[in-house]
Amino acid sequence: MLSAEGLVYGFGATPVLDHVALTVKPEDRVGIAGPSGVGKTTLGRILAGLIAPHAGTVRWDGKPLSDYQGASPVQLAPQSPELAVDPRWTIAEVLDNGGGVDGAVLAALGIQPAWGRRRSRELSGGELARVSLARLLLPTTRVLICDEITAQLDALAARQIWSALLPLVAERDIALIVISHEDRLRSAVCTQEFTLSGGRLEG
Amino acid sequence: MTDLAQDVALAEEPSFPSEPVRRSRLSVRRRAMLSGAVALTLVLGVLIVAAFIPADTLRVNPATRMLAPSLEHLFGTDLLGRDMLLRTTLALGQSVGIGLFAAVVSTALSVMLGLVASVNRVADRIVGVATELFLGLPHFVLLMLVAYAAGGGVRGVILAVGLTHWPRLARVLRHEAQRVMASDYVAVSRGLGRSPLWVARRHLLPHLIPQIVAGFVLIFPHAILHEAGLSFLGLGVPPHLPSIGVILSESLRALGSGLWWLAFFPGLGLLLVALSFEVFGESLRRATDPDEGVA
Repeated sequence: MLSAEGLVYGFGATPVLDHVALTVKPEDRVGIAGPSGVGKTTLGRILAGLIAPHAGTVRWDGKPLSDYQGASPVQLAPQSPELAVDPRWTIAEVLDNGGGVDGAVLAALGIQPAWGRRRSRELSGGELARVSLARLLLPTTRVLICDEITAQLDALAARQIWSALLPLVAERDIALIVISHEDRLRSAVCTQEFTLSGGRLEG
Repeated sequence: MTDLAQDVALAEEPSFPSEPVRRSRLSVRRRAMLSGAVALTLVLGVLIVAAFIPADTLRVNPATRMLAPSLEHLFGTDLLGRDMLLRTTLALGQSVGIGLFAAVVSTALSVMLGLVASVNRVADRIVGVATELFLGLPHFVLLMLVAYAAGGGVRGVILAVGLTHWPRLARVLRHEAQRVMASDYVAVSRGLGRSPLWVARRHLLPHLIPQIVAGFVLIFPHAILHEAGLSFLGLGVPPHLPSIGVILSESLRALGSGLWWLAFFPGLGLLLVALSFEVFGESLRRATDPDEGVA
């Protein structure tokens, strides 16, 4: 279980998060909405342990995230796959970053072995989005935070990704946190919904 | 009739949207290799020839003073009867040697300062201010100051050229390092449990090395031009040593008397060496840029 308590964060004098608390169980599908610039991505980064909050803790199963060696149980899928994949790496290197993704994930997301020698520029936006997701679905991953992962894709490509991702996370007991502006996506995917505004999560 | 045939041929040619991108990417690479081959051949040729010419070949010979270019003396002879082809080659060898050394010093400085700045916030401020300061001063004034302070001569030139060419590359490297370290892909690697050292080796270095190589190649032509400039002004290589700058400043006095070859060929040689490295460095940078050729 992911539990975040009393998260406080701000940029300079501007407060972004004001004592935010969130609990996520493996079967949860949590949606987070909110206007642009309100701090949704910052919250995602803190929940994934990529930045330290000014106050508060993020724990997985009672243990602070910083205590975990190797890949974090909470993985953040960044917004734009073009920026989230090193342009100088081959796709095979990208997929191996976390120590290798199992074949079922690759098959479910429709990732072709032939892409292995290409670089990110040589895949389409949808293909790259799937590669960017696949590398985070490791055996150790317990929570996947999807930060607008399909916002830049067309409806069809977005639908393909979500319909491949949902069964994958269900059979692996991975919880989802879906950060998105799209109401229809959140209502289709999520079991709980929050709105971030004024530094607080409102249910 | 031929027009019609051409039209038909054009119409039948299939057009694939991906085709031009592919072709231009290849040509960028080929351009880099070609210009590299030209630049290296020029420099190696000059260095080898200069190394094999015995020191006493450049003898003063009053019988052959001020001869125009001919088959015997391709570049003509100077006021003291010395063969200008020989002098030019020796001088270019000297210039290339000084330029190479200065480029190595400058590149090493850039890499050190760029990396230190990307790791430490205080160091970043200091390097940032120093970079702006060096870029804000007229480069040639700075060169003259350092050369003068170092006591002139070959040592002064090397110090001046080596110590003043780092800011541009340092700024590029500092910015590149900051960009890579702040990128989403580094965040992903950190989330996947990768250590800072691993990130530096796998993300940072592959982005910096092409910049360092291209930066080095691009500093080189500036260094040799500035070496020539300093020697031209009399602040660099002493007049008895072969140097393009010295040759050009001598020929300035003879230019009015119609001895055009004294300045023309040595100047052309310097220009060719500098230009070939400029083109080589630029195409090297383009060939290693993954964003190149992408609309």
